[in-house]
Amino acid sequence: MTLVVATIAPLQAIAFVLAPLGATAVVFTRRPLRQIVVNGFYGLALGVLFFVLQAPDVALSMIVVGAIAYPLVVLSAIGRVRLRSGGKPKGREADGA
Amino acid sequence: MRLERSRVRAVVAVPAVAAVGALLVWAFVGLPDFGHYRGPYGFVLNRIGVPQRHTTNVVTAIVFDYRGFDTMGEEFILFGSVLGVVLLLRGRARDEAEEDLAKYTDAVSSDLVRVLGGLAAGVSLLIGLWLVSFGFVTPGGGFQGGVVVAGALLLVYAAGSFRAWRKVSNEEALDPLEGIGVGGYVIVGLAALVSGAPFLHNLLGPGKSGTLFSGGSLPFLNWVTALEVAAANVVLCAQFLEQCLAPHARKERSNS
Repeated sequence: MTLVVATIAPLQAIAFVLAPLGATAVVFTRRPLRQIVVNGFYGLALGVLFFVLQAPDVALSMIVVGAIAYPLVVLSAIGRVRLRSGGKPKGREADGA
Repeated sequence: MRLERSRVRAVVAVPAVAAVGALLVWAFVGLPDFGHYRGPYGFVLNRIGVPQRHTTNVVTAIVFDYRGFDTMGEEFILFGSVLGVVLLLRGRARDEAEEDLAKYTDAVSSDLVRVLGGLAAGVSLLIGLWLVSFGFVTPGGGFQGGVVVAGALLLVYAAGSFRAWRKVSNEEALDPLEGIGVGGYVIVGLAALVSGAPFLHNLLGPGKSGTLFSGGSLPFLNWVTALEVAAANVVLCAQFLEQCLAPHARKERSNS
């Protein structure tokens, strides 16, 4: 019918390799704060994958979830847990840091 | 002891991984070949979407029109979950922390972060509004754009201060906006009912393809969704941030 892509384009091949690499990197990153950053790159890799597979709307959703929604929830959870254990937020004047 | 625990984990994990792995291999073997989409629905919608609705982004036409009722459900899921968070977190403890939070100063000291963050906030806000407005012409839409708008406002905290963030996340303004967002969707649906068509039926005529004046009443659904999503996310951020910062604010106030 209209659009049948039977072969994998080079960009698609790269994206297919990058996405599982990113996923593996997330699993092997043990420190939560670092994991958020790595997960951001993984989200970006998935976004690129969806984009080169001609699904830009899904790619956008992936990027906003990976870059905004997910880090927000995890960061606030980490912040809250650190409070319990007596830590301080970093990089803000109020703490005299 | 440690050895035992790792053995227990292995006994549990190995069969589970093997079973899930086997299911995955089975599923992948049965997949259609790369690029061979089997369902007829996508092809049908690709063919009729633009002639029927004049929206060049067929995905948004599906989300807000052909499957508009499902999207209403999704909006209520978001509304309900944010409502739950607010009910849980806006308790008495928070009212007591209110005074501390109002006086909390935590401005970012780096000029570079402030300037670049401020620029990023402005640019993200524009990108978010653009994603929403042209959501039915080019990729985007109320959901993605709404989250980007919320993210832009959150940058006010990340690169500015909690005090500035409190101004942009004013709950007295945002709670009604969120309600208008989720209620607006139902009202657009009811408008169709009042005019004699089925609930959520597309009204107003298709307009001109590829312009902002296309898609009939779909742009209205798109905008109320953006309002709901943006407001919900900002309310959520505000609640979480308050939870994180309230103890610091209390400490700062008792120190001064």
